Amino acid sequence: MTTATGQAPGAAVRTAAPARSGPRPKRRVGAYVFLTIAAIFWIAPVLWTLYTALRPVSDTDKHGYFSWPRMLTLDNFIDAWNQGDVIHYFLNSLYITVPAVIVTLFLSSCVAYVVSRWSFKFNLAMLLIFTAGNLLPQQVFMAPLFKMYLWISVPDWLSASGKLYDSLLGLVVINVSFQMGFCVFVLSNFMKTIPHEITEAALVDGASVWTQYWRLTLPLCRPALAAMATLLTTWIYNDFFWAIALISTGSKYPITTAILNLKGTYAVNNNLLAAGAMIIALPTLAVYFALQRQFISGLTLGSTKA
Amino acid sequence: MTTSRTAARPASRTGRAGGGRVHRLTRRDGVVLGLMLGIPLLIDLAFVWAPAIASVFLSFTNAQGAKAVQWVGGQNYHFMATVDYEFWPAVRHNLLWLVVFIVIATPLGMLFAVLLDKGIKGTRIYQSIFFLPVMLSLALIGIIWQLMYSPDNGLINNIIGKTGQGNEIDWLGNPHINLWAVLIEATWRQAGYVMVLYLAGLKAVDPSLREAASLDGANPWQMFWRVVFPTLRPINIVILVVTVIESLRAFDLVYVTNGGTNGLELLSAIITQQILGAANKIGYGSAIGVVLLVISLVPITYFLFMQFRKENRI
Repeated sequence: MTTATGQAPGAAVRTAAPARSGPRPKRRVGAYVFLTIAAIFWIAPVLWTLYTALRPVSDTDKHGYFSWPRMLTLDNFIDAWNQGDVIHYFLNSLYITVPAVIVTLFLSSCVAYVVSRWSFKFNLAMLLIFTAGNLLPQQVFMAPLFKMYLWISVPDWLSASGKLYDSLLGLVVINVSFQMGFCVFVLSNFMKTIPHEITEAALVDGASVWTQYWRLTLPLCRPALAAMATLLTTWIYNDFFWAIALISTGSKYPITTAILNLKGTYAVNNNLLAAGAMIIALPTLAVYFALQRQFISGLTLGSTKA
Repeated sequence: MTTSRTAARPASRTGRAGGGRVHRLTRRDGVVLGLMLGIPLLIDLAFVWAPAIASVFLSFTNAQGAKAVQWVGGQNYHFMATVDYEFWPAVRHNLLWLVVFIVIATPLGMLFAVLLDKGIKGTRIYQSIFFLPVMLSLALIGIIWQLMYSPDNGLINNIIGKTGQGNEIDWLGNPHINLWAVLIEATWRQAGYVMVLYLAGLKAVDPSLREAASLDGANPWQMFWRVVFPTLRPINIVILVVTVIESLRAFDLVYVTNGGTNGLELLSAIITQQILGAANKIGYGSAIGVVLLVISLVPITYFLFMQFRKENRI
């Protein structure tokens, strides 16, 4: 668009317009300066944590944390991993997140299929119930849930406590129940955009409801399902509250909640705490680097309403 | 529910004698549809809505630990409003949280989005940096910022030279400033979230609108507020709702910092303390929960109304 100067007026309009009439160079410099300063502020906490994690305690004890490094090491990461029994909490998170994501996707795609591909009178009511449920603050219903979890018995092989309370299963259940709402909302919006001719043809061929859902609709929803899977994995992995409310044994915490224990384990050793924090961030950072696009498209699917 | 959209749906195509919409469904298909909707619905009702409604009932009782439950009428609410010294500060803190999100975090995220949308060099890198905090759990954000705010060893005090004996600033320990310190953490995350939502909205703006406006001689400021912003209405609604809900939900950051005490009281945190605390004050905790519920119903209703009004004619 900077080439427009010196051309015939008509040409200038034609070339300038599609380029969104970009700002003049002066404005551009201003934008760069602002964004760069903001970016430095934004990245600083993460870099500071990483820097602290990479420095030996002997170095920081002697010269303080705000000093040039004499040497950098990965020892803190190894120590944090071993002392914090990090693998144990990672596994807890895995046992909660994987089943919860799969079940949530399955159940909410079922609901989304029914309410978006069939015209029942209660469809709107269903959508309202699911969507609204997901928007409630968790603390609003924690008290009765806490009591309920103490009442509900489950077989011993599923929960050592014999109750839904204080069991990983209980966390799977509440994560599924709570996250379904958002998923139903997004997936039903997505399914509404699939042309009805596709499923109608199958209906004429005598395909069952299940075939229409499983063989025809779901494969067409792959991009939305991928985005939702990324989003749900991150959210459920990052969930901190439910374990506080529904787990009483510290060793059953998923890793995000176990941060509370680790703070004590690493005592006042900031280097270990920083290393532990970076380790706990790793899975979400992996998603961030590998699947950022899916994650963002999941968020925006929910907001722009397909 | 008799929109033209409905007419195109498979079930209604079958309008044979009898005219029932689900007339042609075989029994088996009907059962399958029923299960596909029924099981998730039952789970949602049992674990979200039933407890939410039950908490309204519990809020009028003195439910506490394993003791017998007695109806006490509005006593909990009376206690909350007149005696509980944490309740009103919590309300104020939640309000401040909301104000900071609306006045600082949202405009900042919007500004990032508008600047990055101009397609300047390195857009993707800037975007990734601003988005990074959104991926981290709030609990982790609390830990990361503790390292920043640490009075002796934190980056901030070291940079501004406040680490000497007696002049350190205890960002998270001083009840006069710790809420602001935590709000910076919250903004750090929220702005990136808002940015991503606006970026998606801006990409969808019809370029011919801007073309026309620029031919009419609109300056960038007018262009944004008069032309682009109004077309972002659907996104604005979502962001407004997200902002209000997130400020009502705020919990993790204060809980990880000090359990939600000493200047960091929030409604969500005091509910949690009442219910999980040594006294297990379930009835009283529920009463505060009901207050939170009633407040959240405002943005929730607004959101549902705006979302489902157009096509489904609420």
